[in-house]
Order: sequence, then C-alpha cells, then structure tokens
Amino acid sequence: MSEALVVEELKVYYRTEKGAVRAVDGVSFSLARGESLAIVGESGSGKSTLGLTLIRALPANASVVSGRVYINGEETLSLSLSDFRRRYSWRVISMVFQGAMNSLNPVLKVGDQIAEPLIYNGGVSREEARRRAMEMIELVGLPREFYYRYPHELSGGMRQRIVIAMSLVMNPRILILDEPTSALDVTIQAQILNLVKDLIERFSLSVIFITHDLALASDIADRIMVMYGGQIVELGSAERVLGEAPKHPYTEKLLASIPRLRGETIPEFIPGRPPDLTSPPPGCRFHPRCPYVFDRCRREEPPLFKVGEGHVARCWLHGE
Amino acid sequence: MEEVIRLEGVKKYYEVRSGLIGSKILKALDGVTLSIRKKETVAVVGESGCGKSTLGRVSLRLLDVTDGRVFFKGQDISRMTEEELREKSFRKKMQIIFQDPYSSLNPFMRIGDIVSEPLEIHGYRREEIREAVYRALEDVKLVPPEEFVNRYPHELSGGQRQRVNIARALVLGPEYIVADEPVSMIDASSRAEILLLLKSIRDKREMGVLYITHDIATARYVSERIAVMYLGEIAETGLTTSVLKTPIHPYTILLLNSVPEPDPANRRRKRPVIKGEPPSPLNPPSGCKFHTRCPVAIERCRTEKPALIEYMPGHFVACHRATEIMRGDISVT
Repeated sequence: MSEALVVEELKVYYRTEKGAVRAVDGVSFSLARGESLAIVGESGSGKSTLGLTLIRALPANASVVSGRVYINGEETLSLSLSDFRRRYSWRVISMVFQGAMNSLNPVLKVGDQIAEPLIYNGGVSREEARRRAMEMIELVGLPREFYYRYPHELSGGMRQRIVIAMSLVMNPRILILDEPTSALDVTIQAQILNLVKDLIERFSLSVIFITHDLALASDIADRIMVMYGGQIVELGSAERVLGEAPKHPYTEKLLASIPRLRGETIPEFIPGRPPDLTSPPPGCRFHPRCPYVFDRCRREEPPLFKVGEGHVARCWLHGE
Repeated sequence: MEEVIRLEGVKKYYEVRSGLIGSKILKALDGVTLSIRKKETVAVVGESGCGKSTLGRVSLRLLDVTDGRVFFKGQDISRMTEEELREKSFRKKMQIIFQDPYSSLNPFMRIGDIVSEPLEIHGYRREEIREAVYRALEDVKLVPPEEFVNRYPHELSGGQRQRVNIARALVLGPEYIVADEPVSMIDASSRAEILLLLKSIRDKREMGVLYITHDIATARYVSERIAVMYLGEIAETGLTTSVLKTPIHPYTILLLNSVPEPDPANRRRKRPVIKGEPPSPLNPPSGCKFHTRCPVAIERCRTEKPALIEYMPGHFVACHRATEIMRGDISVT
C-alpha cells in the first residue's frame, strides 16, 4: 500500500460551556508517500485540530468522537497513548507546532533540545545524540556551533530552523507543519519555504502543510485541501484547485481575496464571518456567506461531489 | 494638494547599554525625508527592525526626534511641548490604528463606550458624542450603529474589531492617520475589506494616511506612493505603480520576489531569496547598509554610502548600481 496516511470519517469535538464545538466534523482524506498536501482554512476551520489529532496531542477538553487514522496501514487512534508515543511520535510522524519557535526552552542550549528525543526515545548515547543533532543543525542551514546557543541568541528565522531540525531528528516519514512561517518576515518566510522544499526532496517526506494562505500552499503542495467550518469543502491537485477555476465558492472567494503584485484585479472580501461550530448553520455551512446560494443550500447539507479526476467539492452547484 | 505631514531628515537614536560601562547608539531612523498630502496614502514597507513603526510614531510625535523636523500642516511640531500640541488641537488631528485588534480593545467595555472615550477625554457634550460615534461606526460599516454600540468586543470577529479600532481613531475627526500593520492579524477573507474601507474613508474625510506594512502586495491597493525602508533609511521611494512595475534597488527587487503568488507553476521551485537576515542596527554595515546581503554589491558599496537620487520622475533610489540595473546590464535575481 502506497498511502502513508489514511483518515476516515474523523470527528473531533471540544467540550465548552456553550456545548460541543464540532472542530473537525467528518473528514476523510489520504496522503501518499512522498506527497505534500496543504490544508488551507481560516481560523476556526479545524485545520490545526486535525493536525493535533494525527499526532495524538489534543488538549484535554477535546476528544475524538469517531473516525479512524491509519499510518502505514495500522489504525493508530485505538493504540494506547504510551504505545503510540513509543512507536510513532517523532520517529514516524512528527509536527512543527504553530508558534513552536517561541516555545523553545529558554534555559537549555538549542542543540540539547534537538538531541533530547534521541536520548530518551531513541536509546542513543549522549555523544551520538550530539553528533546527530549537529548534523541536523547543519541540514537546516545553520552552522554546527549553533548547538551551543540559547534560544534568545537566535532570530525568529533561526529558531524556526531549529524547530524544524527537532521535528526531523528521529527521521520521521510524515511531517506536519502548522503555519511554520506566519510569524516571519516575507524574506525569511521565503528562505524557510526553500528549506522545506529541499527537505521534502532529500528525504522524500510525506508532508502536511497547514496554512491560512492559499498562495503559500501553492508553493509547496501537490494537492490542496480547503477546510471550512470543520469540513473539507474542496480537495484536489494544486493545478486543478488553483490553476483552473476553483469548484467551491469558498475557494473561489479565498483566492480572490489575495492581494496580487501583478494584474489588474482588486482583492475581494467574503462578507460575514465563519460559522459558530457549537451550532453550525443548517444545510451548507458556507451558505450564509455564499454569493451563489439557492434554496437547497439552506436546507440540505451537500456531500462532496466529484468534479474531476481526484477532485471533489462540497457544493450543490455540482449536484444533479 | 495640501501637505498634511512632512518629515525632514528625521533621525531617531537610542542609547543602548552594553556591558557595565559601555553604551552603543541604535539608529532606528537615520535621516528620513517623507511627505504625505491630503487624500493620499504613503506605504512604508520593510522587514521587522527596519524602523517603519518608529517612523510612524515619530510622525505623530508619540516619540521625540533626535534630529530633523516634523511638520503637521506646515507647522514644526518636532519641538512643541505637550501643552502646545493640545492647545493647537494637533493631538486630535493625528491618530493611530494598531496592529492587534484583539488586545487593543478593552474586553469589559461596550463598543459605544470604546469609540466615545476619546471624545469624553476631550470634553465633548453628550449630543456631540452620540452624533460623532454613530457617524464613525457608519463610516466603518458597523451598521446599524445602534445595534453595535451595546456589544462587547468578544462578540465581534477580528475584522469587525479592527473596524472598531478605526472608528475610535476617526471619532475626533483626524486629518492624519497612521495605520500600523492593520490587517496582518486578520483572516485573509476580511483583509481586503479593511484595506478598501481605509481607502474610502480617507477620501471621504480627506485625510493623509501612513500605511505601515511588511506586505508589499497589500501596499499596492491602498497607497499612491511607497517608501521601502532598510535599517532606518529609505532605499527606494516613488509612485507605487512605478516602484512595483520598475523596482530598481536590489532590496526592493528581492522583496518583491519573496512574495508568494497562488500559482501552482511555482511549486517546489526555489525562489531567489535575500540571503541571511538584517544585520543588527546596533552595528550596521559601512557604506550601503544592504551590501552584506546584496547579490550585486561591489567594492564601492562597502565604503561609500549611496545618496537617494531621482532616476525616474518622482522615483528615488539609493544604490550605486541603479543605472546598470535600470539598463539591464546586471541582473539581481
């Protein structure tokens, strides 16, 4: 089987005072070996929750209501947490968390932070762990001597490189990157993207790139998955989703909202706001903001319609 | 059109202690000249640490200048006392919109109270306050205003909160507004709305706007002129159309190249980037400050500081190799 990851009918809800927040509400997709998939959505779309579910790192008030996650063919949600950590965390699937570059331990040398999982999870000697950590530091484009630096001595871009080195030190096959560049200047962002592209190629990694920025997604991803209100609204190859006309009105409007450096188009905006996921609107979740809304959209929830080769969209415009 | 703000050779230096006895000078702004007219937006673009936010604050006299002068409608405000600034109503006429729409609104205050607070501080009468608050809320399209005045910030989306921030800045009838990264923390789907709103309000109220951003693509839609800053100095400035169509300074060219566009043809293609990070402003490079990261730097760039020279009408560049770049003799990317 060539799928590195298969997600089936996943539902993840948060318990809150106002009731259950349906952050991820019936999501299915797969990721092939060596493939990169961008998950694109605005705040509250469920994209980060999805990432945290895959590495079994959900906060205490969140729970998996239903669904299955297969990594290399094995269902991993049913494994005990300790089993999962021992066999999968870092060594098979790892994640660069959003804002992780600001959560490095300030009193530990960054090199020791990279070496840590090797010693405690990998059963590697201190000497060997240091050597491998230095290799990783070099791999992400920093001098080996940076092993001995503390986080405050590094710039944001350098810390982001360190965090990427940490995520790769156990040689995982699947890497999840959650908004790895959103806090960085565009110049540094471009450098980090070049680094990620380089790493994908060298290690034939399977990558999930979580971002709110469609333009960034197009820079990395073979396929693009657009999320809205906890659901997939469109999924297909980058060429199909961005190249031709997008097939879901939300993708279309999101694309139209990007300020461009060239061309005459003026960016548009999507009126209204994302749905409240404690009580999402009936029918299509995007219908209150959709310019093409018609009667059926208000009543019935659309399924994902096949709109092309490997390309689906959750919109009644493609219904019979 | 009438000039609202003019900065002349503005310098802002900080003394930074280093070690027990030594101290160093941090040159946040090192000789910046810039003007903004009524109904005009000037975008100041650059990486973090380039001095763009300092420039905004100096232009409002929220910071004192070390050297140079700041004029508001022709009057030098750079050395006025706080009392003078108030007496002449200059404080009311100059406002700022901050980046973070989440932390800049008091969560315990209703929208109506947040927007009316500046008017109360300046001692307006109740009827005047109501009138001005409603007008400001209508201008930022939080309509109908009577529905929004009683709401609390947490009931609003990020975009709506930023519109409250704008309304608060508008309520005293300013003639000059500094917008410091007003959309960088807002969801992509609402950014354009805020930017277009700023532009229409500017025209309606005939204000001058200084738009501070790290995102050169957004500058295109809101500004008539643009100034690209690097380490406290202007590297290139001119009409926005001219600078974006014919960038000349290597820094501007590479900055434009760093902006991702939603085109799958770019996938996995490595783009030319600016190597390294901006040097410390405590220890800036000699000559042209960009020479350490510039792909076309020559010996002269290391020793001699380039002057800001007009290469095309109204389009100024500080680069020794500008002519060669313009003629296409050398390529930056």
